[in-house]
Amino acid sequence: MIAMMFPISHAEISPIYLTVVGFLIGILGGFFGVGGSFIAGPALRAVGLHWNFAVGTDLAHIVGKSVVAAKRHRALGNVDLRLGLIMAIGTIAGAEIGAQFIQHLKKAGNVDYVVSMVSIVIYFGISIFMLLEGLATLRSKRGRKEGSKNKKKDDSAFKGISNGVQKIKIWPMISLPVSGVKSISVWIILFVALIGGFFSGFLGGGAGYIRMPSMVYILGIPTHLAVGTDLFEIIISASYGTFTHAIKGNVDILIALVMHTGAAIGAQIGAIMTQYFAGPKIRLAFVPLPLIGAAIVIYTLVTGQKL
Amino acid sequence: MTAFLIELVVYSALVVGYFFAVLHFLADWLSNLEKTHIHIYAIVAIGLIIGQAIVLEMLTTGLMRLLQGGRSE
Repeated sequence: MIAMMFPISHAEISPIYLTVVGFLIGILGGFFGVGGSFIAGPALRAVGLHWNFAVGTDLAHIVGKSVVAAKRHRALGNVDLRLGLIMAIGTIAGAEIGAQFIQHLKKAGNVDYVVSMVSIVIYFGISIFMLLEGLATLRSKRGRKEGSKNKKKDDSAFKGISNGVQKIKIWPMISLPVSGVKSISVWIILFVALIGGFFSGFLGGGAGYIRMPSMVYILGIPTHLAVGTDLFEIIISASYGTFTHAIKGNVDILIALVMHTGAAIGAQIGAIMTQYFAGPKIRLAFVPLPLIGAAIVIYTLVTGQKL
Repeated sequence: MTAFLIELVVYSALVVGYFFAVLHFLADWLSNLEKTHIHIYAIVAIGLIIGQAIVLEMLTTGLMRLLQGGRSE
């Protein structure tokens, strides 16, 4: 493959490789509302890009991909702007706390081990929970009926949790008519976003694998809306992340631009694909993604090598 | 499916042209900017990726509409 010289990171990488990686991650992002950093990071490392550039450049590429996917989701009526803007505030704050936590662990000298163990537990936990919930919902009579009638009308076996959360009255309360939520406390939305942001800063990437399920199970947002809104929110939080990484010299924007040419078309395909799947099926299809992340972390931990 | 495949071919051709025309000229300027004015580089980087996203989204949507329109006529 023809290699191209990228003068900012001094890396020599095939633009075709970058475009194909971007395309595949774009499909995942458009369909699940995730950044795909657990694949993009190792994919960039695999061609010799230093880890700091892999993280920063991936964030820049996530911004571009999320613009395309969120625009497509908005056209499909899958973006709740009010929810997305509130969540962006919590995510940015959480990402800063997560990054500070990493700095403390760095000083303590056990950052790699702690982050690896936490990520394995989180990734496995999300996968098992979503697998059990998705299967339980599909098995229920109601889930099957709604799945066949209206793809966007969502149901969850854990609906009781979100109903309970929406009943907590802590001022200020707001309504989210686009998401079908009559009343919810702003603090609860901010808290959920803060947790997602914390893991974004702590484990890297956009942490969509935590935020998307949290929006569905805790806030009670329909899956299609959670995917589209998460992508919109990622534009803001990943732009912030890109800026902070860029001023530290961790972003090779040329690599991100090349990756994004593939991601732009992949994200559109992923977003369109959501129309053909009911919420519980999207959640079930999501299950292997955190497991891929866990497998990469376990490989790194066992072999001592970064993919 | 056919429309999508045609879109993919046209899109790929445009992207290859973009690599050699735009990115080739941008590379040196961005590299210098990153070394001399890192904050401006950070802002330009975000502007470039968002700008490219908007242009490519318009391009792919336009191509799809063009192909679908041509097929229905």
